[in-house]
Amino acid sequence: MIDFDFTLTRPDFRLAVAGQIPATGVTALFGRSGCGKTTLLRCLAGLEPAAQGHLRVNGVSWLDANKHLPPHQRPIGYVFQEGALFPHLTVAGNLHYGYKRIPPPARQLHPEDVITLLGLAPLLKRHPHALSGGQRQRVAIGRALLTSPQLLLMDEPLAALDAISKNDILPWLEKLHQTLDLPVVYVSHAIEEVARLADHMLLLERGKLIAAGPLATLLSRTDLPLAHADNAVSVIEGDAGSWDPHYHLLQVAFAGGTLLIPSQQPPQQSRIRIRVAARDVTINLAAAAHDSALNHLPARITGFSDDPHPAHQLVSLLLGDSTPLLARITRKSRDQLGLTEGMAIYVQFKAVALS
Amino acid sequence: MLGINEADWVALWLTLRLAAVTTVILLMLGTPLAWWLAHARSKTKLAVESIVALPLVLPPTVLGFYVLMLLGAQGPIQALGGPNLAFTFTGLVIGSVLYSLPFVVQPLQNAFSELSRSTLEAAATLRATRLDRFVSIILPLTRRGFLTAITLGFAHTVGEFGVVLMIGGNIPGETQVISIAIYDHVEAIDYGSAHRLSALLLGLSFIMLFTLYSINGRFRIRSA
Repeated sequence: MIDFDFTLTRPDFRLAVAGQIPATGVTALFGRSGCGKTTLLRCLAGLEPAAQGHLRVNGVSWLDANKHLPPHQRPIGYVFQEGALFPHLTVAGNLHYGYKRIPPPARQLHPEDVITLLGLAPLLKRHPHALSGGQRQRVAIGRALLTSPQLLLMDEPLAALDAISKNDILPWLEKLHQTLDLPVVYVSHAIEEVARLADHMLLLERGKLIAAGPLATLLSRTDLPLAHADNAVSVIEGDAGSWDPHYHLLQVAFAGGTLLIPSQQPPQQSRIRIRVAARDVTINLAAAAHDSALNHLPARITGFSDDPHPAHQLVSLLLGDSTPLLARITRKSRDQLGLTEGMAIYVQFKAVALS
Repeated sequence: MLGINEADWVALWLTLRLAAVTTVILLMLGTPLAWWLAHARSKTKLAVESIVALPLVLPPTVLGFYVLMLLGAQGPIQALGGPNLAFTFTGLVIGSVLYSLPFVVQPLQNAFSELSRSTLEAAATLRATRLDRFVSIILPLTRRGFLTAITLGFAHTVGEFGVVLMIGGNIPGETQVISIAIYDHVEAIDYGSAHRLSALLLGLSFIMLFTLYSINGRFRIRSA
């Protein structure tokens, strides 16, 4: 468990956040630019010498009234927004930079493992300027991992990349998440990224923490800005079932039912996360017998809230007993269907994404 | 040798020794100063920056005059019980350090301010201590700046005249440098000796700069 309480005052900005970060899984620090998420990450790394307060990581104090552990004494890995690779060293030189500085008994990951995990073998002899943005980030991640950190801090590692490079690197990040048992703190302002990677979330606004909790819960809380964003999304976690090679569909069972998800290949892991955008959910009053939708599930309405667009309503739903889901429909549809709170209805997904 | 007499060789050797000692001292003083100038944002920085640049615009005689006042008889150093440093090699070193300061500090300051903050922070998060970061990251990335600083500091000290004349006078073997020896030859209408020494200095300077530029070209590091 990471327990922090930071205050940092600058002429134009004040950070005052206290909270906890679980010792496992990926925790996203989320918010608009300027909300202080990167500053909070830098405080965790010790890169803000003016930060005051306290920080305890797994019971060890890194910062308190009498102590400010400098960054090079913290067992962390830090991935900078644009990689910050050393331009005078090759990829191999960059990877070994931190590894060499770790006492041999403390090395848990070795260059061979990381090179394989991140597919870096063909790049080893190159210099950073000869790498694409996505490759550079992979090297930066590998370099950080080779210090065998107790905590991996990532500052918008995808922000500087174009859509193609992003899709190139996301699978590596997911693989990392599944392969290594390492707590990750991930700064991002992109909901899609967070919905894909994070397990927990800390939501920041103007230097303050406004909410914290499991990802699925926070995404569907209508009192927070996330649910009202144009790309609002819900996540559903379930267990992979059988894969149909003829139709390329994967069965996923979760607490609220079973879904069929398009998938190129049999599942790589047993736990599956599905993302459903609020705008891709439609509501029906009855189970339709003859339509093309595969994913037709019973649900219960738990609330309505206004959306920034006056034509829209955000409907909070519950699939089964514990899986929250958001649907964005027009107010006209709500009235025509006569939807009310507590009502049992059917939902249908126009599109789902697997991650 | 080369038609240059014994006394002139002494002057040349003294000049090179002066330039070498000055450059070493300037690197030790100039590196932290340039680092501070590259990163400070206070008003003091502007004042210090201006003082460092003063030798660029000030007539060397003015600088020499004040250093003479500082070092010589009745100067504050002697008033505090120090030795008389005027007309000594040590005095020359002090004068040269002040005179060549901007030629060392400015290239270093430029090189340091081009270092990206995240590169150094990355090294810190990869467990490199302060000294380790200087050796493994800062030095290799600012190698061109250091070479320029060394060459300019050295060459500029070799070529100094006014400051030396004011502080050092013209004592053979103690304070007579090559530029003053040339001046002496011209005064004595010995153009042949003046010519040989001047040509030697010209050749030396060209070789130093040529070496610097060819090395610097090879060290160019393409930014990521």
